Amino acid sequence: MVVAVRPRRLPAILDFYLTVMRTAVQEQFQYRAANYAYMIGMLAEPVIYLVVWSTVANAQGGEVGGYTASQLAAYYIVWTLVRNINIVFTPNGWEWRIREGELSGMLLRPVHPIHYDLAYFAGWKVVVVVMWLPLAVVLTAVFRPDLTVSPVEAIVFSVSLLGAYLIRSMFLWVLGMITFWTTRVAALYELYFTAELLLSGRLVPLSLMPPWAQTLADFLPYRWTFGFPIEALVGDLETSELLFGLGMQAAWTLAGAVLVALVWRRGIRRYSAVGN
Amino acid sequence: MGPLTVRDRDRGPLRSVALAWTFVRIGAMTELQYRVNFFIQIFQTMIMVGTALAVLALVFSHTKELDGWSSAELLVVMGIHVLMGGIIRTLIQPNMIRLIEDVREGKLDYALTKPEDAQLLVSVRDIRIWQFVDVLVGAVILVVAIARHDGEVGAGAATAFAVALLLGAVMIYCFWMILTIGAFWIVRMEFIVELFEGVYQAGRWPVTIYPGWLRASLTFLVPIGFAITVPAQSITGRLNWPTLVGAAVFAIVLFALTRVLWRMGLRRYSGASA
Repeated sequence: MVVAVRPRRLPAILDFYLTVMRTAVQEQFQYRAANYAYMIGMLAEPVIYLVVWSTVANAQGGEVGGYTASQLAAYYIVWTLVRNINIVFTPNGWEWRIREGELSGMLLRPVHPIHYDLAYFAGWKVVVVVMWLPLAVVLTAVFRPDLTVSPVEAIVFSVSLLGAYLIRSMFLWVLGMITFWTTRVAALYELYFTAELLLSGRLVPLSLMPPWAQTLADFLPYRWTFGFPIEALVGDLETSELLFGLGMQAAWTLAGAVLVALVWRRGIRRYSAVGN
Repeated sequence: MGPLTVRDRDRGPLRSVALAWTFVRIGAMTELQYRVNFFIQIFQTMIMVGTALAVLALVFSHTKELDGWSSAELLVVMGIHVLMGGIIRTLIQPNMIRLIEDVREGKLDYALTKPEDAQLLVSVRDIRIWQFVDVLVGAVILVVAIARHDGEVGAGAATAFAVALLLGAVMIYCFWMILTIGAFWIVRMEFIVELFEGVYQAGRWPVTIYPGWLRASLTFLVPIGFAITVPAQSITGRLNWPTLVGAAVFAIVLFALTRVLWRMGLRRYSGASA
Protein backbone atom coordinates (compact mmCIF):
# COMPACT_ATOMS: atom_id res chain seq x y z
CA MET A 1 0.00 0.00 0.00
CA VAL A 2 1.23 3.41 -0.88
CA VAL A 3 0.55 6.24 1.49
CA ALA A 4 0.71 9.60 -0.17
CA VAL A 5 2.71 11.96 1.93
CA ARG A 6 2.15 15.62 1.21
CA PRO A 7 5.49 17.24 0.55
CA ARG A 8 6.13 19.32 3.63
CA ARG A 9 7.89 22.58 3.19
CA LEU A 10 7.24 23.77 6.69
CA PRO A 11 7.41 22.03 10.02
CA ALA A 12 3.84 21.03 10.90
CA ILE A 13 3.51 23.34 13.87
CA LEU A 14 4.59 26.38 11.87
CA ASP A 15 2.12 25.44 9.17
CA PHE A 16 -0.57 25.22 11.85
CA TYR A 17 0.30 28.68 13.18
CA LEU A 18 0.28 30.30 9.75
CA THR A 19 -3.03 28.72 8.79
CA VAL A 20 -4.78 29.70 12.01
CA MET A 21 -3.36 33.20 11.81
CA ARG A 22 -4.58 33.56 8.24
CA THR A 23 -8.04 32.43 9.30
CA ALA A 24 -8.03 34.94 12.15
CA VAL A 25 -7.06 37.79 9.84
CA GLN A 26 -9.85 36.96 7.41
CA GLU A 27 -12.41 36.47 10.16
CA GLN A 28 -11.56 39.61 12.15
CA PHE A 29 -11.28 41.79 9.09
CA GLN A 30 -14.97 41.19 8.50
CA TYR A 31 -15.72 42.76 11.88
CA ARG A 32 -13.66 45.88 11.31
CA ALA A 33 -16.44 48.23 12.42
CA ALA A 34 -16.92 46.37 15.70
CA ASN A 35 -13.15 46.11 16.15
CA TYR A 36 -12.79 49.83 15.58
CA ALA A 37 -15.54 50.76 17.98
CA TYR A 38 -13.90 48.59 20.58
CA MET A 39 -10.47 50.11 20.00
CA ILE A 40 -11.79 53.66 20.15
CA GLY A 41 -13.61 52.83 23.39
CA MET A 42 -10.32 51.64 24.82
CA LEU A 43 -8.72 55.04 24.17
CA ALA A 44 -10.70 56.64 26.99
CA GLU A 45 -8.59 54.96 29.67
CA PRO A 46 -5.10 56.14 28.61
CA VAL A 47 -6.37 59.60 27.68
CA ILE A 48 -7.79 60.04 31.19
CA TYR A 49 -4.51 58.92 32.80
CA LEU A 50 -2.55 61.15 30.46
CA VAL A 51 -4.59 64.23 31.25
CA VAL A 52 -4.49 63.66 35.01
CA TRP A 53 -0.74 63.05 35.16
CA SER A 54 0.09 65.84 32.72
CA THR A 55 -1.86 68.16 35.01
CA VAL A 56 0.22 66.90 37.95
CA ALA A 57 3.48 67.24 35.99
CA ASN A 58 2.68 70.80 34.95
CA ALA A 59 1.74 71.73 38.52
CA GLN A 60 5.03 70.29 39.81
CA GLY A 61 7.23 72.42 37.60
CA GLY A 62 6.89 70.35 34.47
CA GLU A 63 7.90 66.90 35.66
CA VAL A 64 6.59 63.99 37.71
CA GLY A 65 8.50 60.75 38.36
CA GLY A 66 11.04 61.72 35.69
CA TYR A 67 8.38 62.30 33.02
CA THR A 68 7.48 65.61 31.41
CA ALA A 69 3.98 66.11 30.05
CA SER A 70 5.09 65.32 26.50
CA GLN A 71 7.02 62.24 27.64
CA LEU A 72 3.84 61.11 29.41
CA ALA A 73 2.06 61.63 26.10
CA ALA A 74 4.61 59.32 24.44
CA TYR A 75 4.18 56.79 27.26
CA TYR A 76 0.40 56.62 26.95
CA ILE A 77 0.35 56.60 23.15
CA VAL A 78 2.73 53.63 23.06
CA TRP A 79 0.50 52.26 25.84
CA THR A 80 -2.38 51.99 23.37
CA LEU A 81 -0.35 49.67 21.13
CA VAL A 82 0.91 47.55 24.02
CA ARG A 83 -2.62 47.30 25.41
CA ASN A 84 -3.87 45.98 22.08
CA ILE A 85 -1.03 43.45 21.90
CA ASN A 86 -1.95 42.45 25.45
CA ILE A 87 -5.43 41.28 24.56
CA VAL A 88 -5.49 37.49 24.73
CA PHE A 89 -8.03 34.77 25.42
CA THR A 90 -9.94 35.91 28.50
CA PRO A 91 -10.07 33.72 31.62
CA ASN A 92 -13.84 34.31 31.60
CA GLY A 93 -13.97 32.41 28.32
CA TRP A 94 -13.00 29.21 30.04
CA GLU A 95 -16.35 28.81 31.72
CA TRP A 96 -18.01 28.89 28.30
CA ARG A 97 -15.38 26.60 26.84
CA ILE A 98 -15.96 23.99 29.52
CA ARG A 99 -19.71 24.34 29.98
CA GLU A 100 -20.51 24.27 26.27
CA GLY A 101 -18.08 21.45 25.55
CA GLU A 102 -16.08 23.63 23.16
CA LEU A 103 -12.96 22.15 24.65
CA SER A 104 -13.85 18.69 23.36
CA GLY A 105 -13.28 19.83 19.79
CA MET A 106 -9.95 21.33 20.70
CA LEU A 107 -8.86 18.10 22.34
CA LEU A 108 -9.30 16.25 19.07
CA ARG A 109 -6.56 18.25 17.41
CA PRO A 110 -3.09 16.71 17.54
CA VAL A 111 -1.59 19.88 19.04
CA HIS A 112 -1.84 21.36 22.52
CA PRO A 113 -4.84 23.75 22.54
CA ILE A 114 -2.73 26.69 23.67
CA HIS A 115 -1.17 26.79 20.22
CA TYR A 116 -4.56 27.52 18.74
CA ASP A 117 -5.13 30.47 21.07
CA LEU A 118 -1.64 31.82 20.56
CA ALA A 119 -1.96 31.57 16.79
CA TYR A 120 -5.50 32.92 16.57
CA PHE A 121 -4.89 35.99 18.70
CA ALA A 122 -1.56 36.62 16.97
CA GLY A 123 -3.39 36.67 13.64
CA TRP A 124 -6.00 39.03 15.08
CA LYS A 125 -3.14 41.36 16.09
CA VAL A 126 -2.27 41.86 12.43
CA VAL A 127 -5.70 43.40 11.87
CA VAL A 128 -5.54 45.34 15.12
CA VAL A 129 -2.11 46.85 14.45
CA VAL A 130 -3.11 47.97 10.96
CA MET A 131 -6.22 49.59 12.40
CA TRP A 132 -4.22 51.13 15.24
CA LEU A 133 -1.92 53.13 12.94
CA PRO A 134 -4.42 55.89 12.06
CA LEU A 135 -5.40 56.15 15.74
CA ALA A 136 -1.73 56.64 16.62
CA VAL A 137 -1.46 59.42 14.04
CA VAL A 138 -4.48 61.21 15.53
CA LEU A 139 -3.22 60.80 19.10
CA THR A 140 0.19 62.11 18.07
CA ALA A 141 -1.33 65.16 16.41
CA VAL A 142 -3.47 65.89 19.46
CA PHE A 143 -1.08 65.23 22.35
CA ARG A 144 2.31 66.02 20.77
CA PRO A 145 4.50 63.35 22.34
CA ASP A 146 8.23 63.70 22.89
CA LEU A 147 9.65 60.49 21.48
CA THR A 148 13.13 59.80 20.16
CA VAL A 149 13.87 56.20 19.34
CA SER A 150 17.24 54.58 18.72
CA PRO A 151 17.46 51.49 16.48
CA VAL A 152 18.34 49.32 19.48
CA GLU A 153 15.26 50.56 21.36
CA ALA A 154 13.07 49.86 18.37
CA ILE A 155 14.35 46.30 18.06
CA VAL A 156 14.06 45.60 21.79
CA PHE A 157 10.54 47.08 21.76
CA SER A 158 9.43 44.78 18.91
CA VAL A 159 10.85 41.70 20.61
CA SER A 160 9.37 42.72 23.95
CA LEU A 161 5.89 42.92 22.40
CA LEU A 162 6.21 39.24 21.59
CA GLY A 163 7.39 38.53 25.14
CA ALA A 164 4.53 40.54 26.61
CA TYR A 165 2.04 38.68 24.42
CA LEU A 166 3.38 35.26 25.40
CA ILE A 167 3.60 35.98 29.13
CA ARG A 168 0.11 37.44 29.36
CA SER A 169 -1.40 34.67 27.20
CA MET A 170 0.05 31.97 29.40
CA PHE A 171 -0.70 33.49 32.79
CA LEU A 172 -4.28 34.23 31.81
CA TRP A 173 -4.53 30.69 30.51
CA VAL A 174 -3.44 29.35 33.88
CA LEU A 175 -5.90 31.67 35.60
CA GLY A 176 -8.69 30.52 33.30
CA MET A 177 -7.93 26.85 33.85
CA ILE A 178 -8.91 27.25 37.51
CA THR A 179 -12.42 26.86 36.07
CA PHE A 180 -11.68 23.13 35.82
CA TRP A 181 -11.98 23.03 39.61
CA THR A 182 -14.47 25.78 40.43
CA THR A 183 -16.65 28.29 38.62
CA ARG A 184 -16.64 30.76 41.50
CA VAL A 185 -13.73 32.65 40.06
CA ALA A 186 -15.14 36.16 39.56
CA ALA A 187 -13.59 37.50 42.77
CA LEU A 188 -10.21 35.97 42.03
CA TYR A 189 -10.12 37.44 38.52
CA GLU A 190 -11.08 40.82 39.89
CA LEU A 191 -8.17 40.73 42.34
CA TYR A 192 -5.74 39.56 39.67
CA PHE A 193 -6.67 42.30 37.24
CA THR A 194 -6.65 45.00 39.91
CA ALA A 195 -3.13 43.97 40.94
CA GLU A 196 -2.17 44.00 37.28
CA LEU A 197 -3.64 47.47 36.76
CA LEU A 198 -1.64 48.92 39.64
CA LEU A 199 1.64 47.02 39.32
CA SER A 200 2.15 46.68 35.57
CA GLY A 201 2.65 50.26 34.48
CA ARG A 202 -0.84 50.34 32.96
CA LEU A 203 -2.20 52.91 35.40
CA VAL A 204 0.99 54.97 35.66
CA PRO A 205 4.65 54.55 34.78
CA LEU A 206 6.03 52.47 37.65
CA SER A 207 8.50 55.21 38.59
CA LEU A 208 5.50 57.17 39.90
CA MET A 209 4.52 54.40 42.29
CA PRO A 210 5.75 54.40 45.90
CA PRO A 211 9.07 52.51 46.34
CA TRP A 212 7.51 49.50 48.10
CA ALA A 213 5.07 49.01 45.23
CA GLN A 214 7.94 49.14 42.74
CA THR A 215 9.79 46.47 44.72
CA LEU A 216 6.65 44.34 44.76
CA ALA A 217 6.27 44.79 41.01
CA ASP A 218 9.79 43.46 40.49
CA PHE A 219 8.68 40.06 41.76
CA LEU A 220 5.58 39.76 39.61
CA PRO A 221 5.16 39.10 35.88
CA TYR A 222 2.94 42.14 35.27
CA ARG A 223 5.51 44.83 34.58
CA TRP A 224 7.16 42.73 31.90
CA THR A 225 3.91 42.64 29.95
CA PHE A 226 3.16 46.36 30.09
CA GLY A 227 5.63 48.81 31.59
CA PHE A 228 8.80 47.26 30.21
CA PRO A 229 7.89 47.35 26.49
CA ILE A 230 6.70 50.95 26.82
CA GLU A 231 9.78 52.05 28.75
CA ALA A 232 12.04 50.26 26.27
CA LEU A 233 10.76 52.61 23.59
CA VAL A 234 9.92 55.77 25.55
CA GLY A 235 12.38 55.74 28.44
CA ASP A 236 16.13 56.12 28.44
CA LEU A 237 17.11 52.61 29.44
CA GLU A 238 20.75 51.50 29.25
CA THR A 239 21.55 48.66 26.88
CA SER A 240 22.18 46.45 29.91
CA GLU A 241 18.72 47.30 31.29
CA LEU A 242 17.13 46.53 27.95
CA LEU A 243 18.87 43.14 27.82
CA PHE A 244 17.98 42.43 31.44
CA GLY A 245 14.33 43.16 30.60
CA LEU A 246 14.34 40.77 27.67
CA GLY A 247 15.98 38.18 29.93
CA MET A 248 13.23 38.62 32.53
CA GLN A 249 10.63 38.25 29.80
CA ALA A 250 12.27 35.02 28.67
CA ALA A 251 12.30 33.75 32.26
CA TRP A 252 8.62 34.60 32.82
CA THR A 253 7.68 33.08 29.46
CA LEU A 254 9.38 29.87 30.53
CA ALA A 255 7.69 29.99 33.94
CA GLY A 256 4.34 30.53 32.22
CA ALA A 257 4.91 27.63 29.84
CA VAL A 258 5.79 25.28 32.71
CA LEU A 259 2.73 26.41 34.67
CA VAL A 260 0.46 25.93 31.66
CA ALA A 261 1.82 22.43 31.09
CA LEU A 262 1.44 21.41 34.75
CA VAL A 263 -2.00 22.90 35.38
CA TRP A 264 -3.33 21.66 32.04
CA ARG A 265 -2.26 18.08 32.73
CA ARG A 266 -4.00 18.08 36.10
CA GLY A 267 -7.02 20.11 35.04
CA ILE A 268 -7.89 18.12 31.94
CA ARG A 269 -8.33 15.00 34.09
CA ARG A 270 -11.26 16.74 35.73
CA TYR A 271 -12.86 17.63 32.42
CA SER A 272 -15.81 15.67 31.20
CA ALA A 273 -18.10 16.98 28.56
CA VAL A 274 -21.39 16.02 27.02
CA GLY A 275 -20.70 15.01 23.46
CA ASN A 276 -22.09 17.26 20.80
CA MET B 1 -46.02 42.30 48.76
CA GLY B 2 -49.49 43.13 47.48
CA PRO B 3 -50.92 42.39 44.08
CA LEU B 4 -48.92 43.87 41.22
CA THR B 5 -51.43 46.12 39.57
CA VAL B 6 -51.51 49.71 38.57
CA ARG B 7 -54.90 51.08 39.37
CA ASP B 8 -56.77 52.60 36.48
CA ARG B 9 -57.79 55.71 38.33
CA ASP B 10 -54.17 56.83 38.64
CA ARG B 11 -53.52 59.15 35.74
CA GLY B 12 -50.69 61.32 34.49
CA PRO B 13 -47.33 61.50 36.23
CA LEU B 14 -48.64 59.60 39.24
CA ARG B 15 -49.51 56.69 37.01
CA SER B 16 -45.96 56.69 35.59
CA VAL B 17 -44.52 56.56 39.09
CA ALA B 18 -46.90 53.75 40.06
CA LEU B 19 -45.93 51.81 36.95
CA ALA B 20 -42.21 52.26 37.62
CA TRP B 21 -42.72 51.22 41.24
CA THR B 22 -44.48 48.05 40.12
CA PHE B 23 -41.48 47.12 38.02
CA VAL B 24 -39.10 47.93 40.86
CA ARG B 25 -41.02 45.43 43.02
CA ILE B 26 -40.98 42.77 40.30
CA GLY B 27 -37.26 43.34 39.78
CA ALA B 28 -36.59 43.14 43.50
CA MET B 29 -38.50 39.87 43.79
CA THR B 30 -36.60 38.38 40.87
CA GLU B 31 -33.20 39.39 42.18
CA LEU B 32 -33.89 38.44 45.78
CA GLN B 33 -33.71 34.85 44.57
CA TYR B 34 -30.01 35.29 43.91
CA ARG B 35 -28.66 36.48 47.22
CA VAL B 36 -25.09 35.40 46.57
CA ASN B 37 -24.96 38.14 43.96
CA PHE B 38 -25.29 40.64 46.78
CA PHE B 39 -21.95 39.55 48.25
CA ILE B 40 -20.31 39.46 44.85
CA GLN B 41 -21.55 43.01 44.33
CA ILE B 42 -20.15 44.16 47.68
CA PHE B 43 -16.81 42.61 46.84
CA GLN B 44 -16.70 44.26 43.41
CA THR B 45 -17.66 47.62 44.88
CA MET B 46 -14.94 47.27 47.52
CA ILE B 47 -12.30 46.60 44.87
CA MET B 48 -13.54 49.47 42.72
CA VAL B 49 -13.56 51.94 45.61
CA GLY B 50 -10.22 50.64 46.90
CA THR B 51 -8.59 51.14 43.52
CA ALA B 52 -10.09 54.61 43.16
CA LEU B 53 -8.81 55.59 46.61
CA ALA B 54 -5.36 54.21 45.80
CA VAL B 55 -5.23 56.28 42.60
CA LEU B 56 -6.34 59.38 44.50
CA ALA B 57 -3.66 58.76 47.15
CA LEU B 58 -1.08 58.28 44.40
CA VAL B 59 -1.99 61.57 42.72
CA PHE B 60 -1.81 63.45 46.02
CA SER B 61 1.51 61.87 46.92
CA HIS B 62 2.91 63.87 44.00
CA THR B 63 0.95 67.08 44.29
CA LYS B 64 -1.07 69.13 46.79
CA GLU B 65 -3.94 69.95 44.50
CA LEU B 66 -5.13 68.98 41.05
CA ASP B 67 -6.13 71.97 38.95
CA GLY B 68 -7.20 73.75 42.14
CA TRP B 69 -9.11 70.79 43.64
CA SER B 70 -7.95 69.53 47.04
CA SER B 71 -7.97 65.84 47.92
CA ALA B 72 -11.18 66.21 49.98
CA GLU B 73 -12.82 67.94 47.04
CA LEU B 74 -11.77 65.19 44.66
CA LEU B 75 -13.23 62.73 47.14
CA VAL B 76 -16.54 64.56 46.67
CA VAL B 77 -16.20 64.01 42.92
CA MET B 78 -15.40 60.35 43.49
CA GLY B 79 -18.42 59.87 45.78
CA ILE B 80 -20.74 61.36 43.17
CA HIS B 81 -19.08 59.27 40.45
CA VAL B 82 -19.71 56.05 42.39
CA LEU B 83 -23.24 57.11 43.32
CA MET B 84 -24.21 58.09 39.79
CA GLY B 85 -22.57 54.92 38.47
CA GLY B 86 -24.83 52.98 40.84
CA ILE B 87 -27.92 54.78 39.55
CA ILE B 88 -26.86 54.03 35.98
CA ARG B 89 -26.27 50.34 36.61
CA THR B 90 -29.37 49.92 38.76
CA LEU B 91 -31.92 51.70 36.62
CA ILE B 92 -30.64 52.89 33.27
CA GLN B 93 -28.18 50.40 31.80
CA PRO B 94 -30.22 47.18 32.33
CA ASN B 95 -33.18 48.70 30.51
CA MET B 96 -31.07 49.94 27.64
CA ILE B 97 -29.32 46.60 27.17
CA ARG B 98 -32.67 44.87 27.14
CA LEU B 99 -34.03 47.36 24.63
CA ILE B 100 -31.10 46.73 22.28
CA GLU B 101 -31.75 42.99 22.50
CA ASP B 102 -35.47 43.37 22.01
CA VAL B 103 -35.06 45.51 18.91
CA ARG B 104 -32.62 43.03 17.39
CA GLU B 105 -34.75 40.01 18.16
CA GLY B 106 -38.08 41.62 17.37
CA LYS B 107 -39.35 41.20 20.92
CA LEU B 108 -40.15 44.86 21.30
CA ASP B 109 -43.63 43.92 20.05
CA TYR B 110 -44.47 42.85 23.59
CA ALA B 111 -43.78 46.31 24.97
CA LEU B 112 -45.42 48.16 22.09
CA THR B 113 -48.71 46.30 22.40
CA LYS B 114 -49.20 47.26 26.05
CA PRO B 115 -51.56 50.15 26.75
CA GLU B 116 -48.87 52.38 28.25
CA ASP B 117 -46.40 54.85 26.84
CA ALA B 118 -43.79 52.64 25.18
CA GLN B 119 -40.80 54.84 26.01
CA LEU B 120 -41.77 54.88 29.68
CA LEU B 121 -42.28 51.14 29.65
CA VAL B 122 -38.94 50.27 28.06
CA SER B 123 -37.19 52.63 30.48
CA VAL B 124 -38.46 51.17 33.74
CA ARG B 125 -39.04 47.46 33.18
CA ASP B 126 -35.65 46.12 34.26
CA ILE B 127 -33.76 46.94 37.42
CA ARG B 128 -30.75 45.46 39.21
CA ILE B 129 -31.25 45.98 42.91
CA TRP B 130 -27.84 44.70 44.06
CA GLN B 131 -26.14 47.45 42.07
CA PHE B 132 -27.85 49.83 44.45
CA VAL B 133 -24.96 49.02 46.80
CA ASP B 134 -22.92 51.47 44.73
CA VAL B 135 -25.45 54.23 45.37
CA LEU B 136 -25.16 53.68 49.12
CA VAL B 137 -21.36 53.42 49.08
CA GLY B 138 -21.15 56.53 46.91
CA ALA B 139 -23.35 58.38 49.41
CA VAL B 140 -21.10 57.29 52.30
CA ILE B 141 -17.98 58.48 50.45
CA LEU B 142 -19.75 61.75 49.77
CA VAL B 143 -20.62 62.26 53.45
CA VAL B 144 -17.05 61.48 54.54
CA ALA B 145 -15.71 63.83 51.88
CA ILE B 146 -18.01 66.65 52.97
CA ALA B 147 -16.95 66.13 56.60
CA ARG B 148 -13.27 66.41 55.61
CA HIS B 149 -13.89 69.35 53.34
CA ASP B 150 -13.15 72.79 54.84
CA GLY B 151 -16.12 74.85 53.70
CA GLU B 152 -19.67 74.68 55.02
CA VAL B 153 -22.36 73.17 52.85
CA GLY B 154 -25.40 75.39 53.36
CA ALA B 155 -29.04 74.69 52.53
CA GLY B 156 -28.69 76.53 49.22
CA ALA B 157 -25.74 74.42 48.16
CA ALA B 158 -27.47 71.23 49.27
CA THR B 159 -30.54 72.10 47.23
CA ALA B 160 -28.44 72.99 44.22
CA PHE B 161 -26.64 69.68 44.63
CA ALA B 162 -29.87 67.67 44.70
CA VAL B 163 -31.22 69.50 41.66
CA ALA B 164 -27.94 69.11 39.75
CA LEU B 165 -27.79 65.41 40.57
CA LEU B 166 -31.35 64.84 39.39
CA LEU B 167 -30.76 66.80 36.18
CA GLY B 168 -27.54 64.83 35.67
CA ALA B 169 -29.35 61.51 36.00
CA VAL B 170 -31.97 62.66 33.49
CA MET B 171 -29.26 63.71 31.04
CA ILE B 172 -27.39 60.42 31.38
CA TYR B 173 -30.66 58.59 30.80
CA CYS B 174 -31.31 60.64 27.66
CA PHE B 175 -27.78 60.06 26.43
CA TRP B 176 -28.03 56.29 26.94
CA MET B 177 -31.46 56.28 25.37
CA ILE B 178 -30.21 58.12 22.27
CA LEU B 179 -27.36 55.61 21.92
CA THR B 180 -29.78 52.76 22.33
CA ILE B 181 -32.18 54.15 19.76
CA GLY B 182 -29.29 53.60 17.36
CA ALA B 183 -30.18 49.90 17.62
CA PHE B 184 -33.13 50.60 15.30
CA TRP B 185 -30.56 51.30 12.58
CA ILE B 186 -27.46 49.35 13.60
CA VAL B 187 -27.74 45.70 14.55
CA ARG B 188 -24.52 45.07 16.45
CA MET B 189 -24.65 47.43 19.40
CA GLU B 190 -23.18 45.33 22.21
CA PHE B 191 -19.98 47.35 22.21
CA ILE B 192 -21.97 50.39 23.40
CA VAL B 193 -21.87 49.21 27.01
CA GLU B 194 -18.10 48.91 26.98
CA LEU B 195 -17.80 52.25 25.22
CA PHE B 196 -19.97 53.97 27.79
CA GLU B 197 -18.20 52.42 30.78
CA GLY B 198 -14.86 53.52 29.35
CA VAL B 199 -15.94 57.09 28.78
CA TYR B 200 -17.77 57.22 32.13
CA GLN B 201 -14.42 56.76 33.89
CA ALA B 202 -13.52 60.26 32.69
CA GLY B 203 -16.05 61.57 35.22
CA ARG B 204 -13.91 60.48 38.16
CA TRP B 205 -12.04 63.75 37.67
CA PRO B 206 -13.52 67.24 37.31
CA VAL B 207 -14.05 67.76 33.59
CA THR B 208 -12.30 71.12 33.93
CA ILE B 209 -8.91 69.34 33.85
CA TYR B 210 -9.45 68.11 30.29
CA PRO B 211 -8.34 70.12 27.26
CA GLY B 212 -11.05 72.31 25.72
CA TRP B 213 -12.37 70.05 22.95
CA LEU B 214 -12.52 67.07 25.31
CA ARG B 215 -14.17 69.10 28.06
CA ALA B 216 -16.82 70.27 25.60
CA SER B 217 -17.43 66.68 24.46
CA LEU B 218 -17.67 65.47 28.05
CA THR B 219 -20.22 68.18 28.79
CA PHE B 220 -22.49 68.32 25.77
CA LEU B 221 -21.84 65.11 23.83
CA VAL B 222 -21.57 62.76 26.80
CA PRO B 223 -23.14 64.76 29.64
CA ILE B 224 -20.71 63.53 32.33
CA GLY B 225 -19.71 67.09 33.16
CA PHE B 226 -23.30 67.97 34.00
CA ALA B 227 -23.94 64.70 35.80
CA ILE B 228 -20.87 64.61 38.06
CA THR B 229 -18.76 67.75 37.93
CA VAL B 230 -21.67 70.21 38.31
CA PRO B 231 -23.08 68.48 41.44
CA ALA B 232 -19.53 68.41 42.84
CA GLN B 233 -19.14 72.10 42.07
CA SER B 234 -22.30 72.86 44.02
CA ILE B 235 -20.90 71.15 47.14
CA THR B 236 -17.41 72.65 46.87
CA GLY B 237 -18.70 76.19 46.40
CA ARG B 238 -17.72 76.50 42.75
CA LEU B 239 -21.16 76.57 41.19
CA ASN B 240 -22.70 79.71 39.80
CA TRP B 241 -26.42 79.87 39.16
CA PRO B 242 -26.18 80.33 35.38
CA THR B 243 -24.50 76.92 35.14
CA LEU B 244 -27.38 75.27 36.98
CA VAL B 245 -29.94 77.04 34.83
CA GLY B 246 -27.94 75.99 31.77
CA ALA B 247 -28.02 72.40 33.00
CA ALA B 248 -31.81 72.57 33.37
CA VAL B 249 -32.26 74.00 29.87
CA PHE B 250 -29.91 71.41 28.39
CA ALA B 251 -31.74 68.59 30.20
CA ILE B 252 -35.07 69.73 28.77
CA VAL B 253 -33.67 70.04 25.24
CA LEU B 254 -32.03 66.64 25.49
CA PHE B 255 -35.22 65.06 26.79
CA ALA B 256 -37.25 66.50 23.94
CA LEU B 257 -34.64 65.33 21.43
CA THR B 258 -34.73 61.83 22.92
CA ARG B 259 -38.51 61.79 22.51
CA VAL B 260 -38.26 62.81 18.84
CA LEU B 261 -35.56 60.26 18.08
CA TRP B 262 -37.52 57.54 19.87
CA ARG B 263 -40.53 58.22 17.62
CA MET B 264 -38.28 58.12 14.54
CA GLY B 265 -36.75 54.85 15.72
CA LEU B 266 -40.15 53.29 16.28
CA ARG B 267 -41.14 54.09 12.72
CA ARG B 268 -38.12 52.06 11.59
CA TYR B 269 -39.01 49.13 13.73
CA SER B 270 -40.70 46.31 11.87
CA GLY B 271 -41.03 43.62 14.52
CA ALA B 272 -40.47 39.90 14.33
CA SER B 273 -43.82 38.70 13.11
CA ALA B 274 -44.11 41.15 10.25
